[in-house]
Amino acid sequence: MPDIKRIKVGTASCGLAAGAAEVLDAFQRLSGSIPVVEVGCIGHCYAEPMVELELNDGTSIFYSSVKGDEKSVNAILGLTETGRFQVPAERAALEKLNVTRLSGSIDPKDIEEYKANGGFSSLKKAFELKPEGVIEAMKRSGLRGRGGAGFPTGNKWSFLAAKKADEKILIMNADEGDPGAFMDRSMMECVPFQVMEGMLIGAYATGATRIFIYCRAEYPLAIKHLNIAINELKKQGYDRLPGREKPLDIQIKEGAGAFVCGEETAMIASLEGKRGQPRFRPPFPTDSGWNTYPTAINNVETFANVPVVIADPDAFAALGSERSKGTKIFALAGDLKYPGLTEVPMGITLADIVYKIGGAEPGSVKAVQTGGPSGGCIPADKFDVKVDYDSLKELGAIMGSGGLIVIGNNRCMVETARYFLDFTHRESCGKCTFCRVGTTRMFETLENITAGKGKPEDIDFLVDIGNKIRKGSLCALGQTAPNPALSTIRYFRNEYEAHVKDGYCPTFQCAALSDVRLDPDKCVKCRLCIKTCPVQAIGDDFKVDNAKCTRCNTCMEVCPKKAISRVKKGDGFSSNLSK
Amino acid sequence: MGNEFSYLSEIGTEKGDLIKGLQLVQSREGYVSDDAIRAISKHFSIAEAEIEGVLTFYAQFKRTKPGKYKICVCDGTACHIKGSILIQDWLSSALGISDGQTTEDGIFSIETVACLGCCSLAPVMSVNGKVYGKLNRKSLLKILSDYRKMEE
Ligand SMILES: Cc1cc2nc3c(=O)[nH]c(=O)nc-3n(C[C@H](O)[C@H](O)[C@H](O)COP(=O)(O)O)c2cc1C
Ligand code: SF4
Ligand code: SF4
Ligand code: FES
Ligand code: FES
Repeated sequence: MPDIKRIKVGTASCGLAAGAAEVLDAFQRLSGSIPVVEVGCIGHCYAEPMVELELNDGTSIFYSSVKGDEKSVNAILGLTETGRFQVPAERAALEKLNVTRLSGSIDPKDIEEYKANGGFSSLKKAFELKPEGVIEAMKRSGLRGRGGAGFPTGNKWSFLAAKKADEKILIMNADEGDPGAFMDRSMMECVPFQVMEGMLIGAYATGATRIFIYCRAEYPLAIKHLNIAINELKKQGYDRLPGREKPLDIQIKEGAGAFVCGEETAMIASLEGKRGQPRFRPPFPTDSGWNTYPTAINNVETFANVPVVIADPDAFAALGSERSKGTKIFALAGDLKYPGLTEVPMGITLADIVYKIGGAEPGSVKAVQTGGPSGGCIPADKFDVKVDYDSLKELGAIMGSGGLIVIGNNRCMVETARYFLDFTHRESCGKCTFCRVGTTRMFETLENITAGKGKPEDIDFLVDIGNKIRKGSLCALGQTAPNPALSTIRYFRNEYEAHVKDGYCPTFQCAALSDVRLDPDKCVKCRLCIKTCPVQAIGDDFKVDNAKCTRCNTCMEVCPKKAISRVKKGDGFSSNLSK
Repeated sequence: MGNEFSYLSEIGTEKGDLIKGLQLVQSREGYVSDDAIRAISKHFSIAEAEIEGVLTFYAQFKRTKPGKYKICVCDGTACHIKGSILIQDWLSSALGISDGQTTEDGIFSIETVACLGCCSLAPVMSVNGKVYGKLNRKSLLKILSDYRKMEE
């Protein structure tokens, strides 16, 4: 096998979850003298574990869904044709890999490899531009914060730069609180030096003396890679910025599992060791933040964009839409064929992302949820919308941080809204009455509806209280918490009505509003379902008794003929209604 | 007591490090016991009640001892859409415990978490940090029995 120069095994979180550790181990045992390195990922989660063979002629071959057994690994070392991976051409034409250019192609722990691929050239350029020049370039590029609110980064930096103080603080928001989003995790795992380069440029431009990285504790690999990066940066003196006497103080703090701590003032309180509760603004953090020092907070992906911006601010501004420049990384999950990460120019249509990149079957998708618990759903008939900060807002959703959950036809929208309100009412910090009590009332109402105890007037009640919570809450958690309910009512009111007026769940998802039925025509009488049903709801007559059944779906999982399924409430047999 | 938590001296006594202190204790002990709260209170010179206030605010901190194998079931959006409720049901009925509990023999505990960041493999759970994706009932039971076998 003289052709292979180097073997790269993707060992970011998704890869590991798919079995990359065994694959890595096998290659290390079997590759002889060919070097094996661990890299991050290229965002094609569905294809993990992935292996790339760098060949001596400068080309590469990718393999997907690699198995760690000797036979498979030897086949790959022999450059087998089977299992080769290529990004589908239609997808490649839509993507623009600027910020994720190096993701999955370099060793995330190796500073020299980052440098050899152009790393720190933007930092060098920043030093030439001087702080004012950097801020001017940031403003000119039009970069808006990627954490959700879309505030222009250059402006934020100029506020902090204008402050005179003994200490100034720059915080990296790596809390990634939207459950279902994973762009930030991937950037930290795959290109930690790029994220840190952006951070150093920020510290240089704003005059920040102290840096906090606030990272969610559920991301141990990201924290590990950041720690390695910080140690390496210190070793090589990157923490000594030109014209400064003291090196930068860089610290990682692990979040402790509170969604509201993603909010800026709550994060600052948490970093001070307190309960993470937001406070009223003004004063803004850039005036009085961590321990009253001027403080600015930016998101991970924002920092990862900075080296790209500084390298060429005008090229950055040339991409994207009128008021949203550059590219955006989206995390695709849910009911689609190719879940994973994709980087596309702002302004691309949602249809292109969901169908052409995500591979979702047209007609199979009901809606997409953007912006997580603060966001809203967008129905499939509006997928021609251009994805940028302003267009999504018009539809009652938000761009958010970039999590896109594709919701298939068989999912209940009322249950989806119930899920989000369950999340937000528990995450409310409790300071504002409308947020604390209001989200709880919304949750209880939705819980009742999905439990079959809803009343027709509940729908209008949700809209009414939702609008009040929006107005009466201090921070964006409360202000946006009603969105998932309000947007599902706006676009899927018929589903709500089926629950509260007609007494059934149209998707058969809500247990109390659906039945389970065994189809005798498909059943082969193997008795597996009868044996595994935990509550003996299936009798010797092969009928599911819905009076006993708890809708646990176990029988459907064990039935070899898929003879058992959820059906409309009333269409199943029940011993209560002696038929 | 005293010595049991002597490792707290590894970190500073500034109030800003309180969460770090709690995290350190939890990573060593698996949870934050009453004794630990007393030791932390002494170390930071903060009242025990205030520590409880901070502790209860953050979902990460546990007041009961977790099992030898700590199962975290994801109920983030992607996993929820993909049926994490059923996963929780199956897990609970297989182990005879519900969310937040530990089996009597101390082997397994279940905890529901917000997102493990492997949303593309939903539904997902982790056992002592190792992530298992694309779960269904069969793979779930297989994982549990594999861990059980290691205990025999
Ligand atoms: C409840 C709540 C949760 C948030 N969670 C996050 C988060 O997890 N990550 C993030 O970067 N921003 C989050 N934000 C937004 C941040 O408060 C802030 O706007 C952002 O980090 C600023 O950085 P940017 O300008 O670079 O986007 C959250 C905001 C709110 C109100
Ligand atoms: S809106 Fe909700 S989360 Fe925000 S400060 Fe008020 S109570 Fe706390
Ligand atoms: S859904 Fe569960 S309770 Fe109902 S019949 Fe099937 S196995 Fe039994
Ligand atoms: S493979 Fe990297 S995010 Fe999933
Ligand atoms: S939603 Fe389950 S891993 Fe993210």
